[in-house]
Amino acid sequence: MKPEPTHQQRKEAGALASQARRKFLNRIAAAAGGAGALALGSLFAMPPAAARPAQALRPPGALPEAEFAGACLRCGLCVQACPYGTLRLATPGDGLATGTRVFTARNVPCEMCEDIPCIKACPSSALDHRLTEINNARMGLAVLIDHESCLNFLGLRCDVCYRVCPVIDQAITLEKLHNPRSDRHALLLPTVHADHCTGCGKCEKACVLPTPAIKVLPRPLAQGALPEQYRKGWEEKERHGGSLIGEQVQMPVRGLEDKAPGDTRLNSDWKP
Amino acid sequence: MTPGREAIRSKGWWAAQRWLLLRRASQLLVLSLFLSGPWFGLWIAKGNLASSLTFDLLPLSDPFVLLQSLAAGFMPALSGLLGAALVLVAYNLIGGRVFCAWVCPVNAVTDSAAWLRRRLAIKTGRVPDAATRYWLLGAVFGLAALSGSLVWETVNPVHLLQRSLIQGLAGALAGGMTMTLSVLLLVFLYDLLVASRGWCGHLCPMGAFYGLLGPKGLLRVAASQRAACNDCMDCFAVCPEPQVIRPALKQDGQVSPVILDRDCTACGRCIDVCAKNVFNFTHRFDQRSDS
Ligand code: SF4
Ligand code: SF4
Ligand code: SF4
Ligand code: SF4
Ligand code: SF4
Repeated sequence: MKPEPTHQQRKEAGALASQARRKFLNRIAAAAGGAGALALGSLFAMPPAAARPAQALRPPGALPEAEFAGACLRCGLCVQACPYGTLRLATPGDGLATGTRVFTARNVPCEMCEDIPCIKACPSSALDHRLTEINNARMGLAVLIDHESCLNFLGLRCDVCYRVCPVIDQAITLEKLHNPRSDRHALLLPTVHADHCTGCGKCEKACVLPTPAIKVLPRPLAQGALPEQYRKGWEEKERHGGSLIGEQVQMPVRGLEDKAPGDTRLNSDWKP
Repeated sequence: MTPGREAIRSKGWWAAQRWLLLRRASQLLVLSLFLSGPWFGLWIAKGNLASSLTFDLLPLSDPFVLLQSLAAGFMPALSGLLGAALVLVAYNLIGGRVFCAWVCPVNAVTDSAAWLRRRLAIKTGRVPDAATRYWLLGAVFGLAALSGSLVWETVNPVHLLQRSLIQGLAGALAGGMTMTLSVLLLVFLYDLLVASRGWCGHLCPMGAFYGLLGPKGLLRVAASQRAACNDCMDCFAVCPEPQVIRPALKQDGQVSPVILDRDCTACGRCIDVCAKNVFNFTHRFDQRSDS
């Protein structure tokens, strides 16, 4: 018959077991801790989506920025599918998730291929495969950002950004304005319309200035938004076939009676 | 004595390096299939190991990256899913970690570190628990789910290296190369100074993933002539996962001479360095042995 373990033996066995258990737990903790530290380290290597630099544009059909870095597999198939070498992979210097795809309009803009080969090549949902009409792409939004150097704003007829636009007269128009400096000429101001601009970047690429006055920016950066409750009176009027608040009394602007809109020279017979 | 010296003497130089050289050739071949397009305009495989299209026909995707994307909450396109399924089936049949020995470009880096560590007889450092890679694997998917982004792919040396070589040279390379080189240098120094075979054997979550993905592959190495083993320990010295050899070689807990452990990368280096020709490539169900 096996002798009953003494109290002392039992205590020792118990101590041994708990020591082994502690060692085991320590090992697990070290492994888990090490793994966690390494994984968190990788988090630091990744720039946040919010830090996206202004001039990094995503290919046609790209998901919104916050989602793009999760969907893109960083395979570069879109880069190799682009016949114009528009796209390239983001490197750590870009401040974007490395390996995701971008383009810089001033270097090589998107030529807006009709068959959109970059989207077709994408094995993920990073580029929306439902986008089949390139004119519906929204890669960014052109903004005539520098009114002081744009030649058209100076009263010249450059028009280059307007002429190269693949969606000419819809995405970008020339808006006529009185030129108060010469008094006899018009200013033809290149004006971008967000409803139609694809953000292809051809205008920025083509701008003749050493540094372009028109730039394509990511839409969230370029666009403002009206508050929810705002209605445009003239649109409401059209929709309802008439003013909703009845006829308005038109008050003359004193000193500017019978003047063309935009002409701010006071009538010579006006006295305050 | 340097492991393998005896094998070179008794079998000749080629026979003692054969699998190593064939592996390097295979790794280079995979890379060159991707590089011939961007470098010479000869398009064979487009994309990179994360996702590719070969001969404009065969889609292949890395299930490790794809699953991260799924964890982040994004459904890949059909070609991506199909490609991942093909890769999954292939490695499941042949053996998951065959990827590590025959395809992964980082393998050459960690092999070099291990070689140098042996040469310089460095014994310093501390080896992390072998389970660390599974924790890291979990953390990689957890992070993807939490952040909605492929966080690990910012530093994953495997894809960084491939990407930098394939797409980096075509475009702006400076920044991409710095990141890649620093990560690879870290891995190299870690393996050299801190832990023998530390990266591939204990940390790399991608290797762990492939190990889990094809744990019962057909392609195996067996110690069929184990009776001839003279305990020189050369195979243990060169094996990237030395713990896998013992059960088969010493009949420790198994009768079969086949190395069944899922961690064996089927690199064949043990075959090379064994002067007694104990090991050979075979399939999983080969039970022939001399003891
Ligand atoms: S639409 Fe054409 S030019 Fe534009 S990014 Fe795609 S492939 Fe390149
Ligand atoms: S093809 Fe799609 S998944 Fe691949 S890099 Fe381009 S956007 Fe990312
Ligand atoms: S980015 Fe410029 S060229 Fe392209 S659609 Fe918009 S306005 Fe036109
Ligand atoms: S363990 Fe990782 S780095 Fe090492 S060979 Fe395998 S996949 Fe490549
Ligand atoms: S057991 Fe042999 S084939 Fe397997 S990993 Fe080790 S050295 Fe390579």
